[in-house]
Amino acid sequence: MALDLPFIWAALIAFAVLAYVVLDGFDLGVGILFPFFREEEERDTMMNSVAPVWDGNETWLVLGGGGLLAVFPLAYATILPALYAPLIAMLLGLIFRGVAFEYRWRTKRAKWVWDWAFAGGSTVAAFAQGIALGALVQGIPVANRAYAGGWWDWLTPFSIATGIALVIGYGLLGSTWLVMRTSGHIAQNARRFAYGAGAATLVAIGIFSLWTPFLKPLYVDRWFTFPTAVFSVIVPLLVVLCFYSLFRGLRIRHDSQPFLSALAIFILAYAGIGISFYPYIVPTSVTIWDAAAPDESLGFLLVGAAILVPIILAYTGYAYWVFRGKMDPEEGYH
Amino acid sequence: MFEHLDATVLARMQFAFTVSFHIIFPAFSIGLASYLAVLEGLYLWTKKPVYLELFDFWKTIFAVAFGMGVVSGIVMAYQFGTNWSVFSDKAGPVIGPLMGYEVLSAFFLEAGFLGVMLFGRKRVGPGLHFFATLMVAFGTLISATWILATNSWMQTPAGFAMNDKGQFIPVDWWQVIFNPSFPYRFVHMVLAAYLTTALVVGGVGAYHLLRRTAPLRAGTMFSMAMGMIAVVAPLQILAGDQHGLNTLEHQPAKVMAMEGHFQSHPDGAPLILFGIPNTQEKRVDYAIEIPKASSLILKHDLNAPLAGLDTIPEDKQPPVEIIFWSFRIMVGLGFAMLALGIWSLYSRWHGTLYQSSWLHRFALAMGPAGFVAVLAGWVTTEVGRQPYTVYGHLLTAESRSAIAAPAVATSLLAFVVVYFLVFGAGTFYILRLMKRLPRDADAHLGDGPIRSAGITPAPHLAAQHGGAHHGA
Ligand code: HDD
Ligand code: HEM
Ligand code: HEM
Repeated sequence: MALDLPFIWAALIAFAVLAYVVLDGFDLGVGILFPFFREEEERDTMMNSVAPVWDGNETWLVLGGGGLLAVFPLAYATILPALYAPLIAMLLGLIFRGVAFEYRWRTKRAKWVWDWAFAGGSTVAAFAQGIALGALVQGIPVANRAYAGGWWDWLTPFSIATGIALVIGYGLLGSTWLVMRTSGHIAQNARRFAYGAGAATLVAIGIFSLWTPFLKPLYVDRWFTFPTAVFSVIVPLLVVLCFYSLFRGLRIRHDSQPFLSALAIFILAYAGIGISFYPYIVPTSVTIWDAAAPDESLGFLLVGAAILVPIILAYTGYAYWVFRGKMDPEEGYH
Repeated sequence: MFEHLDATVLARMQFAFTVSFHIIFPAFSIGLASYLAVLEGLYLWTKKPVYLELFDFWKTIFAVAFGMGVVSGIVMAYQFGTNWSVFSDKAGPVIGPLMGYEVLSAFFLEAGFLGVMLFGRKRVGPGLHFFATLMVAFGTLISATWILATNSWMQTPAGFAMNDKGQFIPVDWWQVIFNPSFPYRFVHMVLAAYLTTALVVGGVGAYHLLRRTAPLRAGTMFSMAMGMIAVVAPLQILAGDQHGLNTLEHQPAKVMAMEGHFQSHPDGAPLILFGIPNTQEKRVDYAIEIPKASSLILKHDLNAPLAGLDTIPEDKQPPVEIIFWSFRIMVGLGFAMLALGIWSLYSRWHGTLYQSSWLHRFALAMGPAGFVAVLAGWVTTEVGRQPYTVYGHLLTAESRSAIAAPAVATSLLAFVVVYFLVFGAGTFYILRLMKRLPRDADAHLGDGPIRSAGITPAPHLAAQHGGAHHGA
């Protein structure tokens, strides 16, 4: 046995989903904050700060979904039906906010409609993703290679709570992004929101760290037995450190430090979830090896991923670099 | 309303509805991306402002259409799992990597360079901006390649084996990708996208020629579009013919339904031009037919025998009425496009391309024809594959998720409402953008700088305004 392909692919899919969460996280966050900025020029600037990159950000979601179908078809075929309602809600939300990027500039009379579509769609998508995450953490029963639960199983206090938490977390990413990319009144306002969202995110992470272990014995094992328990000490410490850096960055009015700290917080929280799940891909029913497609499929796509993902990262980085720096409110649309 | 429908029918309706909406946007954006690249290239090469103005005009329209394509496409990527989970589990190992390659090689490319193309001209300069436009255009074509390989594999599966879990597993990727119907379907679809775009561009050009507000730009785009149609429409008919022969070889039941051949014809089958298929009685009522022509087209021999649906078990037959009609709509429009192309050549020859208002009216009427033909073509292809999802191997009825009918019905309803609302608004905005072609700045400034370049329609147009006539 040369390479453990399912393991490599689990890492790659995890990376794609993480990339999605942090990247689309901040542009959904900008949408979530939209209603709190009332001036039309402010909204224009906010939207323009993400307009050149949102499509690329969302493509990571397609890679996460499409990749799952390619390499873990059983996971794709059980998780998606289990999360039917939240996923449909997410898709509809993404439709509204996605078209708003263009429609908003195509009408004067109905501009407010697409402002709301942008804000509402972003919020619904974030909330639905949070619910999906919560439902996943609760576990998905599988029998005979099919989802074996009911259509409302995803709806619990826990999943509603994760839904709200993710909206707040994306709000944090969005507000720190605005702190970094805008100036003047928008940045000031965004800084205020970043304080609030930061504090709320801190509380949410605390709550879920205490709540999650009680959902499944597996998670208790992960967090309180050696060797993974080592992380139970390190991860929270790092999280606290990042929050310190976030608030300090906001206080000294640093441009990028708050955003980078918020990113780090997301990465750490994500790693924490990963540690709880491993080696399950459908918690706690199907492991990555149960779900994996045959090695012929995994190997074939891995060759492409090994070549293409670095290229993608390069030109995505280039696109971000082209649009770097503070937004110039004058640099209009198109 | 939904009481006699079961969850399978609802899931099929949902797929058909969402994918039909989706394909409208790629059919337009694949062609338009290439057209934009051509316009920008021509501008960089000739430095004529008209190309840059046309580029900016169409770029805004492209942005709206592309946005709609993206959001409707994301729905497709998730629908395999939500509604067709058994299919996903079984066929995932084969089609999943193809779609994975589509994401990695096409979607990221399009999305990554789209921002630069739409917003970045001032920031990156003309050379890199042109590169970004080329990458977007290239991305749409790569995307079409992978998704059509996927779809073609479902039509004519090859290069696979089955494992003990009932999954399709890849044996030979080359055969999976270059399955028997892929080359035909790819050529036919890319030509369809180019035709669709050319018809839209031509329609918009014709509209503005009729209104006489911006003759230079309207004339330029009209001439480019008509040239394209004159070349591509005949090629598309040839490609369609070859595609049909290939289908006859691999999916004969589909061709029988397209042709309306309920019965076998041992010596020469007629070509049914029109008629009303009657599935109960297994015949085509009021048929207008050309004796033996079908055998001639499909077998290149007047008297060759052709099998009919009577040779296929009842439960393995596709629904004839739909395919019979959708096929005729596509082919009919194909010949109408050919007529448009020929007429435009004739007008060009006589130097009346920019004056012939009947030609302009015809082109305007044909503006949306590409979309109709594309939809009709896909309906023929997909309905003709029934009752299978993976032709000959996996039945549609065995492909879907065990989702309760009310859940599917609710989401279907939500999609219908949202799509009509959102994409209706988008279509309205696009039409309005198309209507707003500002006056030519230099329409009456004489022909000095424009006449110097000889190969474009511009000299002719300018001549028209400068007063002097000069034949094309
Ligand atoms: C012949 C071409 C073609 C066909 C048959 C399909 N698509 Fe498509 N699709 C495209 C050509 C295309 C495109 C030209 O590449 C689009 C249109 C606009 C865009 O952004 O890319 C696109 C967008 C697009 C996106 C959004 C990509 C992004 O985030 O940028 C997804 C996820 C899909 N498609 C998925 C699908 C699925 C699952 C299909 C099968 C049912 C499908 N497409 C049929
Ligand atoms: C984009 C162009 C496409 C169009 C317009 C189209 C059209 C349709 C239509 C009309 C149906 C319903 C057929 C029926 O229920 O009788 C259908 C079903 C289906 N198609 Fe396609 N299709 C397209 C592309 C694809 C592609 C690329 C794939 C696969 C990758 C695909 C997979 C399916 C599946 C899984 C179903 C559902 C099962 C079925 O009813 O056959 N389609 N499609
Ligand atoms: C007039 C001559 C034409 C002929 C003989 C022809 C033939 C065919 C055939 C036989 C199929 C079904 C193949 C299969 O399912 O296996 C098909 C599908 C299709 N056609 Fe046409 N066609 C013609 C014109 C057009 C035009 C003008 C367009 C659009 C502008 C078009 C767009 C399509 C599309 C999108 C499909 C589905 C995808 C595919 O299978 O390639 N066709 N055509």
